[in-house]
Amino acid sequence: MQKMPLLDPSGPIGMSERSLIITAFLIMLIPAIPVFIMTVWFAWHYRSTNKKATYAPKWGHSNKIEFVVWSVPAIIILVLGILTWVTTHELNPYKPIASTHKAIRIEAVALNWKWLFIYPDQHIATINQLVLPVNVPVSFRITSDTVMTSFFIPRLGSQIYAMAGMNTHLNLMASKPGTYEGMNSQFSGNGFAGMHFKVIATSRKKYDQWLTKVKNAPAKLDEATFTALEKPSSNTPVTYYSSVNPENMFTDVLDKYRQGMKMANSSNVAGGSTMASSGMTEMNAH
Amino acid sequence: MTTMTTDVAANRNKHILSEHGHSDSVSNAVYGFWIYIMSDCVLFACVFATFAVMSHNYAGGPTGKDLFDLPYVFGETMLLLCSSVTYGFSVLAMNANSRKMVLTWLAITFLLGLGFIIMEVNEFHHLILAGHGPDRSGFLSAFFTLVGTHGTHVSFGLIWMLVMMYQVARKGLSVPVRSRLIRLSMFWHFLDIVWIGVFTVVYLMGVM
Amino acid sequence: MFGKLTLSDIPYHVPIIMGAVGFTLLGALIVLGLITYYGKWTYLWKEWLTSVDHKKIGVMYIILALIMLLRGFSDAILMRSQQAVAFGSNHGFLPPEHYDQIFSAHGTIMVFFMAMPFLTGLMNVVVPLQIGARDVAFPFMNSVSLWLTIISAGLVMVSLGVGDFSRAGWTGYPPLSGLTYSPDSGVDYWIWSIQLSGIGTLMTGINFLVTILKMRAPGMSLMRMPVFTWATLCTNALMILAFPALTATLALLTLDRYLGTHFFTNGFGGNMMMYPNLFWIWGHPEVYILVLPAFGVFSEVVPTLCGKRLFGYTSMVWATLAITVLSFTVWLHHFFTMGASSDVNAFFGIATMIIAVPTGVKIFNWLFTMYRGRVRFDTPMLWTIGFIITFVIGGMSGVMLAIPGADYVLHNTEFLVAHFHNVLLPGALFGYFAGYSYWFPKAFGFPLNEKWGKRAFWFWFFGFYLAFIPLYVLGFLGMPRRLDYYTNPAWHPWLEIAAVGAAFVLFGIICQGIQLVVSIRDREKNRDLTGDYWSNGRTMEWSTSSPAPFYNFAQIPEVHERDSFDHMKEQGTAYQRPAHYQDIHMPKNTSAGFIIGMFAFIFGFAMIWHIWWMAAFGALGILVTLILRSANDHTDYYVQSEEVKHVESLRFEQLANSERSGSINASPDTVTPLSHQV
Repeated sequence: MQKMPLLDPSGPIGMSERSLIITAFLIMLIPAIPVFIMTVWFAWHYRSTNKKATYAPKWGHSNKIEFVVWSVPAIIILVLGILTWVTTHELNPYKPIASTHKAIRIEAVALNWKWLFIYPDQHIATINQLVLPVNVPVSFRITSDTVMTSFFIPRLGSQIYAMAGMNTHLNLMASKPGTYEGMNSQFSGNGFAGMHFKVIATSRKKYDQWLTKVKNAPAKLDEATFTALEKPSSNTPVTYYSSVNPENMFTDVLDKYRQGMKMANSSNVAGGSTMASSGMTEMNAH
Repeated sequence: MTTMTTDVAANRNKHILSEHGHSDSVSNAVYGFWIYIMSDCVLFACVFATFAVMSHNYAGGPTGKDLFDLPYVFGETMLLLCSSVTYGFSVLAMNANSRKMVLTWLAITFLLGLGFIIMEVNEFHHLILAGHGPDRSGFLSAFFTLVGTHGTHVSFGLIWMLVMMYQVARKGLSVPVRSRLIRLSMFWHFLDIVWIGVFTVVYLMGVM
Repeated sequence: MFGKLTLSDIPYHVPIIMGAVGFTLLGALIVLGLITYYGKWTYLWKEWLTSVDHKKIGVMYIILALIMLLRGFSDAILMRSQQAVAFGSNHGFLPPEHYDQIFSAHGTIMVFFMAMPFLTGLMNVVVPLQIGARDVAFPFMNSVSLWLTIISAGLVMVSLGVGDFSRAGWTGYPPLSGLTYSPDSGVDYWIWSIQLSGIGTLMTGINFLVTILKMRAPGMSLMRMPVFTWATLCTNALMILAFPALTATLALLTLDRYLGTHFFTNGFGGNMMMYPNLFWIWGHPEVYILVLPAFGVFSEVVPTLCGKRLFGYTSMVWATLAITVLSFTVWLHHFFTMGASSDVNAFFGIATMIIAVPTGVKIFNWLFTMYRGRVRFDTPMLWTIGFIITFVIGGMSGVMLAIPGADYVLHNTEFLVAHFHNVLLPGALFGYFAGYSYWFPKAFGFPLNEKWGKRAFWFWFFGFYLAFIPLYVLGFLGMPRRLDYYTNPAWHPWLEIAAVGAAFVLFGIICQGIQLVVSIRDREKNRDLTGDYWSNGRTMEWSTSSPAPFYNFAQIPEVHERDSFDHMKEQGTAYQRPAHYQDIHMPKNTSAGFIIGMFAFIFGFAMIWHIWWMAAFGALGILVTLILRSANDHTDYYVQSEEVKHVESLRFEQLANSERSGSINASPDTVTPLSHQV
């Protein structure tokens, strides 16, 4: 049977997330197992036909038990709470991954129902395919030219939403070569099931070869091509674009939906409701 | 079941009001209405929060500074504030059992409230005519919705007031009519307080 | 003339839909035909449709819930079979535009038209009886709430045959649910059905909050209230505080769709991130609106069927209150992956986990109620034990999702689907089923068949594990939710198992259907003569006859202890015939609630299809009905003491009969044989 992507990750983020899931699960077994045992044991032992069992119809309070049932869950949640605080900061999707290699920058645009990936430093773009060198951090900038979607490569770890006019960030790294599934995990309409892509993690050498190949591709990404891409399609075949023109096409897609909004450095306008405004600052800070 | 029963209205005196059951329905109704107002506060809170988020999303369109005529809105505000006072007089008249004065003060309150609504509709009308309708920008969407939500409440209050004037004239100051007048009074004062919030957050802060 | 509505909106060319429509219409026709055949229209109108009796309104709510359960479950079966077959090159039997409606309808129906009516029905039937009241605070408003809920469910059903339902999921996130991406009337069906039923829910919340706070029997202080009443009180508070947020959110989406505003649109200063925030400010408390009443049911079932006082009453109450308050502080955990800062995510994650503490306390308290009790395995107790075991698993996956770092990979996958079914099936539905079988004899005077009830339980119980444990696995396999087809071979076997699970649940539902038929058939044989069907009844609803007389209590009982009826039985003050009876003040039945419901239906339908004149007609109809109703001062009457005396003497005759046959059992430590023989 195939291994489970979430339990067999191929990158450091996924690895940390796997161990976090397993740790949390084990900690929760501490209260859960006694509950399972007590349920079955109490139900069986105190069954109404068992007249030998103690019967205390008036008994309804015990400070000792009350103390235990409040404090044990509280302690466990305290432990989990600390774990949560620490790991949430460690696994912040916006946090660059420490590495001796310079991160590769990739810009992802969600379209109906396909992904456009722009490699701004290499001036190339692809549809529905990502090629990454292993052990090199990748820094994604993500937005949407359509409804809200979510950019997710299960074997590498975290996902993040893609929203029109918003620029979200995600940092991932592949540490094992292989071909991985990538997808939009947020339902986005009729063609949703066909909105997935392949991620090929490979050696630096093969990555460079691939770049050369794409640079020689006949198709070019310009405004006309982009307009054609905006037409809905799903299970769209992989396409390579040897150039991207205008160069800041990603920013153009963002700006299309930011028209006249007070964006510059203020956070809470684009950053969501006031309720979460303080938390959304990172969205534009980069 | 019906054969052995008699109507309550015909039987009021026979039964003491403090008896348990439905006779304390007047206080229940007022209590329930308080709770309704609480829930309405949540509704307004959501709309206010939305306005706060969208208050700068002009989308290249006009800002509050460009649009709001503060003296005009101040006039509107005064109408509504005065209507609260006049409603207070009507409650005082009710306590003094003067049906005629209740009606007079209700009528004055109604006219003041109607004036408020007319001024608001007039403001909306001008904005829309000038191309600054609710579909122009996130800011204007939120503006029309917040002010309009309050306006809709006031309009319902006015309809209710008409019904109450009819009931006071027709039935006099009976127990259920009094209870309704008290609840309408709560509603009316509540809308006044909300308006002070609207005036401050939307108009004053909008032109500042 | 008819707005957007044209003949082509009726999908007569789609066989699956037409089959569903035909089946629904056939069912409706059979029911209508039977009513006509037996000449029950007048009875139905006088005794039920226009009733303001909380017990009857409660029963009607539960009937609605059961019907909608069938509809919601049909959707579930369709989804499970589609995902079991739509693998590889096979795209299954449902095209996306149909499949997407099905999962949207499934969620909407199960939350708003199955769970909400079910819990509202239970609290209608039980709460006034538990607190020793003769009715709710606002009986007419109660009827309006009922009819608003029924017509909203009706609107969802109409969407089957006229136009489409929403394809944007039950949460309706914009911009997908906005006009640009969902131009047809589907989303409007979703909006208006939820909006109208939401108003009904808000009124229910106010109604029961006032009822509980102002109409308790003398001596029943807050800390003497039965735990179900406590749970209801907290649920009502949540309804009052959370539902306006839903109303506002939907109203903003409505304005986006009808007036072209820019709240949640792409561009023009719209901000779609506001929608999930507002929606879940309602949505998370809603989870506890669904769950708390079920917790309340368990807190009644366990003491009664273990013949023992509830362990840790005070803890239970404080835990419920803590959950109520905390439920408003966790909404952001529904979208950790939106890019909020680590501080914010961590804060909401920890707040979410804290809810696990009072929830855990409750579990332990039920367990310690069983401890040193006499556990009877009647159906309600089976549901309760099934709940405890299953819910713990759901709680664990919930805490995992509450950790942002874990949620980053688990979010939007089948793991999430498994999780919320894993809390809502045991934590809400099992509780409602427990309450249904626990209070059925109180509502109707005869019990539900135990044999079929137990069969239903086991099918549901194992069906649940078969249907949802595979979804946890699928989450780890990286399968996103809401796929109408897929190519990954690793997912396929798990989805086949899940489909088998759904079939098990189907058998469970069939057993419940048979149970109802068998129970009605055998009703005379199993009449509950005492009113204390489980013979260990501890709270006041068991002190009156089954079914309770329309005025509930001939004399308002006085409360001296927590488990008031148990206390009365001990003191020998239960079943006492008062020296004389007094007239009883009761509300009159009224058709106004029904009429308002019908106008609301017209209004809703017209708004969905942009038929403005008809919408104005509906709105005006509601307004005029309300005004006419308020002009009517003759809304209540006195039941004469002679009639009360007559009803009560029949009751005491019954009691005497049952005493002769020995079914009154004052001593709680001997288990009654009666309910076991069924």
